[in-house]
Amino acid sequence: MSMPLSGNEAIAHAIKQINPDVMGAFPITPSTEITEYVANFVANGEINTEFVPVESEHSSMSVCIAAQAAGARAVSATSSCGLALMYEMLYVAASCRLPITLACVNRALSGPININHDYSDSMGARDTGWIQLYAENNQEAYDNFIMAMPIGESPTVRLPVMTCMDGFITSHSVENIDLLDTETVQQFVGEFTPEHYLLKKENPLAVGPYDISAYYMEHKVQEAEAMKAAKAIILEVSARFEKISGRSYGLFEEYRMEDAELALVLIGSTAGTAKAAIDNLREEGVKAGLVKIRVFRPFPGEELARALSKIKAVAVMDKSEGFSGNGGPLFAETRSALYDLKERPHMINIVYGLGGRDVRIEDVGKLFERLAAIAASGETGPVYTHMGQRSREETK
Amino acid sequence: MIRAKDINERTPWQDLTPGGEIYEPGTARLFNTGTWRTETPVYHREACKQCMLCVPFCPDSAIPVLEGKRQDFYFMHCKGCGICKEICPFTAITMVSGGEAR
Repeated sequence: MSMPLSGNEAIAHAIKQINPDVMGAFPITPSTEITEYVANFVANGEINTEFVPVESEHSSMSVCIAAQAAGARAVSATSSCGLALMYEMLYVAASCRLPITLACVNRALSGPININHDYSDSMGARDTGWIQLYAENNQEAYDNFIMAMPIGESPTVRLPVMTCMDGFITSHSVENIDLLDTETVQQFVGEFTPEHYLLKKENPLAVGPYDISAYYMEHKVQEAEAMKAAKAIILEVSARFEKISGRSYGLFEEYRMEDAELALVLIGSTAGTAKAAIDNLREEGVKAGLVKIRVFRPFPGEELARALSKIKAVAVMDKSEGFSGNGGPLFAETRSALYDLKERPHMINIVYGLGGRDVRIEDVGKLFERLAAIAASGETGPVYTHMGQRSREETK
Repeated sequence: MIRAKDINERTPWQDLTPGGEIYEPGTARLFNTGTWRTETPVYHREACKQCMLCVPFCPDSAIPVLEGKRQDFYFMHCKGCGICKEICPFTAITMVSGGEAR
């Protein structure tokens, strides 16, 4: 069934179809609508989710942690400063190995305060132990949310999953998307049947004990192994999802990469703009391609290295700063992943689109011109640069 | 299912429970936390009037009661905080330096 829905409506619809046991949420732009829609579904008796209104995101994640530990399926939605206020609890959720599902509608993290899109919120949470899936559009946001629970709840994984989409660009734009019927969704997602949970009366359980240094490291190794194991599970669940939807998902999407010489690596809705630019360039004979990262945690390093091994020049586009002084987070991961290749492409980092700064087809076209010059000259030039800001150099 | 008593500081990571979950109640009593003590209470039975004031004030169940009578300290969980000594109206408890029980 095809329906015109915004990204937020798509996530709310997925939640309605899944009918999770508990939602703990606090409103924050641009994810507020998800919470409002679900609260309406509950008030109208359309789903029997226990909706817990709280006073902060620290509490909304705490509600999810308690509910999930009790044996329930818990979901939440947030953005930006809301995600930041959850940070402590994000680590607790992951280290307690509780497969909570969180819809993160990406928005620039203050300050200066800004409500528009970049990835500074979820990129800051990249080391919390959560699986992170990113969507290019409304359809992918819906699909990723439905795949999140089977991925996170897999016994070899047991990690929480953050499904991310671009604030306003995706969350508030309406597109026709293909919805699965509710029965199919419920069959796909199945029942949450953890072996151990707090409400299992035959077997009392303690969750989240103090971990002295004689044990902490072992538990962190377990978590790291779970994150590594998640890669195969994501592919398995995605293959199963293709059977019910006809839509194919991998760890990343390769667009016109078969014979590409110049390539971009990026996340999210910018892929749509980049694909249009690449189509134009292809007509001019430029061998341009794109890798759109869907799974950022676990990071598909080996797979990405293979995909980029034959490329002459790569631009990694980061829509969040990172302030490492050495490039954005996607660049750091990508460049590190390619280190083991015998022959590596030239690689630059473009930090762009911060706080909702627009990126146009022409901007991507110019970036490919720069990559072509690097490939022709063999000189990488400046590695870490910003794109789209006003500067004195450009106004001359 | 692994029991708390079977987990120790030589257990490999593969054999620990996910996230350190503990599948049974009351396992704290298995752990000797009395080694944390740097001061130790001494019970003077002859001065004790069995008023029982120290029993509920002990934060760590280190004062056992048997048939209505306060017994000597149970040192496995006594941290040597000295609250019992402060609360005792009859100087039936004194503190000595060091962790060793007298």
